[in-house]
Amino acid sequence: MKMQSDLGRVRGLGSAKSGSSHWWTQRVTAAANLPLGIWFIVSILAGHTADYDAVQAWLGSYFHSTMMILMIVSVAVHFTHGLQVVIEDYVHNRKVEMISLMLIKAVAAFLSVAAIISVLRIVFAGA
Amino acid sequence: MVEFNLPANSVVKEGKTFSAPADAKNVRAFKIYRFDPDSGDNPRTDTYDIDLDKCGPMVLDALIKIKNEIDATLTFRRSCREGICGSCAMNIDGRNTLACLKPIDDIKGEVKIYPLPHMPVVKDLVPDLSQPYAQLASIEPWLKADSPNPPDGERLQSREERAKLDGLWECILCFSCSTACPSYWWNSDRYLGPAVLLQAYRWLADSRDEYTGERLDALEDPFRLYRCHTIMNCTNTCPKGLNPALAITEIKKMIAERRA
Repeated sequence: MKMQSDLGRVRGLGSAKSGSSHWWTQRVTAAANLPLGIWFIVSILAGHTADYDAVQAWLGSYFHSTMMILMIVSVAVHFTHGLQVVIEDYVHNRKVEMISLMLIKAVAAFLSVAAIISVLRIVFAGA
Repeated sequence: MVEFNLPANSVVKEGKTFSAPADAKNVRAFKIYRFDPDSGDNPRTDTYDIDLDKCGPMVLDALIKIKNEIDATLTFRRSCREGICGSCAMNIDGRNTLACLKPIDDIKGEVKIYPLPHMPVVKDLVPDLSQPYAQLASIEPWLKADSPNPPDGERLQSREERAKLDGLWECILCFSCSTACPSYWWNSDRYLGPAVLLQAYRWLADSRDEYTGERLDALEDPFRLYRCHTIMNCTNTCPKGLNPALAITEIKKMIAERRA
């Protein structure tokens, strides 16, 4: 039986005094994804990914390999931040929530590191 | 986890129909949610056929007519009948609004009336609002200042400073907005909801208040404030035409402003 007052329950454990950096990062990465995404689509349309040699020539430039790695990082951060909000919204079992949050972060970390290593392998394959 | 299906004892069943008198010419059906906690029965929707020629123009007029003339057991809150007390907030024709401000003529076909969504129902159209009331108390909606009161009168405010409170002070706390917000439906235990956040901003925007930092500290929380995903249902539904979503954005901007 719960006899705690409504105000006591609402005040709960108090404010986490955080959340603004999560909110801000989500917006900044969203803004960054726009030019990075346009660059990526334009590059594909321009035929830079036609075959391995074309990709190597394309990512061989400082500018394009840097853009590629920036996009991988920005998309991964935006993805985890966005999915974290969805999980916090809908998953109310604390254990399941914690495990899901760690899982999406682990998956995003693995995929983005793997993607960055792939870029570096292509970049340094010709060196 | 979010529940997408109602528990068996919450499924709404078809209830009774009260026909209009035979000589009625301008008849409109009112389909109203009924729930009696003492009976142990499931909630039901009763249909009341009302002669609009013998009824006032607003949905609240029809509810009062039903209670006075047809079915005295129908339970709802009402007081001022002119949109200033916030008592008769309910879901009419799929939208949260005040029954006293909603013209029957605005609605096509049968008039469906339910209590404010996703709140515990006390009886019929009366929701239990003790949680949002406690949330309102938690943001301490009163002037807090350390400077002593001026000895010769009230705390002064310029016209420009006072103008910042327009669009905020008009809120009558009917909670139409909070109960229209999906984020509030899923996380009302921790998210404060648009009505309470608009009140929080009303004090953040007040030039006489000296506790802005402490107020922002209390709000900066992934759930209390940042569950707002700018869905905008609050602004769409507000029967007073206010913009709680904008107030919440202003709070987020204030917190962003004081960051490094």
